[in-house]
Amino acid sequence: MRNRFAQTIYDIACRDPRIAMVVADISPAGAMSEFAERFPDRFINVGVAEQVMIGMAAGMALRGLRPFAYTIATFALFRPFEMVRDDLAYQGLPVTVVGIGGGLAYSTLGGTHLAQDDIAVASAVPGLRVLAPCDPAETGDAAEFLAAEAEGPTYLRLGKAGEPILTQEATDPFVPGRVRCLRAGAGTVILGYGPILSLAMDLSDRIAEQTGVPATVVNVHTLKPLDHEGLRGHLSAHDRVIVLEEHVATGGLGQRIRSLAYDLDRRPRIGVAALQDRFIHRYGSRDALLAEHGLTLATLLSKWREM
Amino acid sequence: MTRPGHNEGFDVSAARRRCLGYRRRILGMSQKVSALHAAPAFSCIELTDTIYYGLMDRRGSEDDDVFLMSKGHGCLVQYLILNDLGILSDADIDLYCTAEGRLGAHPDYGVPGIAAATGSLGHGLGMAVGMAQADRILSRSTRVHVLLSDGEMQEGSSWEAVMMAANLGLSSVIAYLDLNDFQGLGRTSALHPAFYPVADKWRAFGWEVAEVDGHDAAAIHEAVTRRSMEKPFLLVGRTVKGRGVSFMENEPIWHYRSPSAEEYGQALSELTEVTSRHA
Repeated sequence: MRNRFAQTIYDIACRDPRIAMVVADISPAGAMSEFAERFPDRFINVGVAEQVMIGMAAGMALRGLRPFAYTIATFALFRPFEMVRDDLAYQGLPVTVVGIGGGLAYSTLGGTHLAQDDIAVASAVPGLRVLAPCDPAETGDAAEFLAAEAEGPTYLRLGKAGEPILTQEATDPFVPGRVRCLRAGAGTVILGYGPILSLAMDLSDRIAEQTGVPATVVNVHTLKPLDHEGLRGHLSAHDRVIVLEEHVATGGLGQRIRSLAYDLDRRPRIGVAALQDRFIHRYGSRDALLAEHGLTLATLLSKWREM
Repeated sequence: MTRPGHNEGFDVSAARRRCLGYRRRILGMSQKVSALHAAPAFSCIELTDTIYYGLMDRRGSEDDDVFLMSKGHGCLVQYLILNDLGILSDADIDLYCTAEGRLGAHPDYGVPGIAAATGSLGHGLGMAVGMAQADRILSRSTRVHVLLSDGEMQEGSSWEAVMMAANLGLSSVIAYLDLNDFQGLGRTSALHPAFYPVADKWRAFGWEVAEVDGHDAAAIHEAVTRRSMEKPFLLVGRTVKGRGVSFMENEPIWHYRSPSAEEYGQALSELTEVTSRHA
């Protein structure tokens, strides 16, 4: 995802002189090195100083640029949080805060590097858009949108590297603010965002094996503003809803889906599969950490059966 | 690209008259609303007036200089200057801190003449550095003037910005430090002695620094116009919080308090043009 993001931003920067990158001492991925070489004034490495990364990005936007502030998700959002809130959101500036390695992607680096609670924190800020694309292709689409059209600030949660393509079967295009159906099915709908949707696709396959019909998989890439209308349609059209997220339950998508469903005439059964409300002191693969939080295909399948 | 920024017509005696006028008007406003910040505005009156009338390039072009009130609680004097310049109306000033108006006790982005929203300390210098870098990218010859409080230099974010301005060689950034030696709980030199010496810390980070009496408009003007323009520049203005009213000077309570009717009368009667104490 980070390579696709870098390539897309580089391509746009070649034709749009407003595009700038402000990074905090993170190793340049893919085309980021080309960006830095070709546009040295527009590529600023502030060093290990995330507060001035956001402050500078705000100042640059105030003078007409479209900056992307870029580092590991925990450092992009939590360390300079008040700058994101005051400098970007309060002033409504078109700056994208790019958080790399959202969720458990930095699985060997410990809890300091795991963004388990970023969606809740970012979504609480008035006027801050929250996007979490699911694969490299969608990352490119999101970057195009943010560079060209978006007004106001955005928190863009990305994965890291090696994420599979999930959008090739998608019946809908990427439209910011709208849910995107990745696979049409019936009976059960799985809602989620980010690279963990690959687990949703696997779950859909297993459900198809058992019932003959796959579960619908819906990608909620825009966590804020949430597509209430699109979500209501899916909640009404299915009996069982599984919300799958690489994020704590508090302030996550699951809570919002439950509150949305509360007002429906006919409520589906809803199960939320989220990260547990704790830090884990374990290291290994991302899958191993997900398993530690109870998020495996087997646990999801048994959760589905019990619903 | 940096220009000298020398407003030849800068008249120090006219500046003194303007500054006396701001003090009177701020005291007048204090009788209508309580959310005031009179004393913190009083310490930076000469600095702000000199920036607008003596140092900023303001011709109505894209290259016009930018002013950022990083110590947002000093904004009353900025509002009055913007009023005098016809950017804010008399009604704006009359409706300060009321539901009908648009001016609050901290400057807000979107208000005419306000370059950025401030209020939380330690944000302005980072934004100023970003503005200067953007103007370099856009090939504008703008200078960015940013007024800081000494208290906000205790924020780590301020030092991140000090470092970055020098790293990027942004000689178009001109910072002004309102060194009134007071913060919420008392005298900075007593509470945080390691804060001093201030100027040496900035120099060590690669800034050019000059230090003057921050109530001496001529000294402020001269120090800034004489800068080398090779590095980002800091002017340390030694100031007195509440300067101009004897009972407000160096009394922390006046950071927030509005004078009573009786105190207002006394303050008005003793206000005179402020001149340098070293002159």
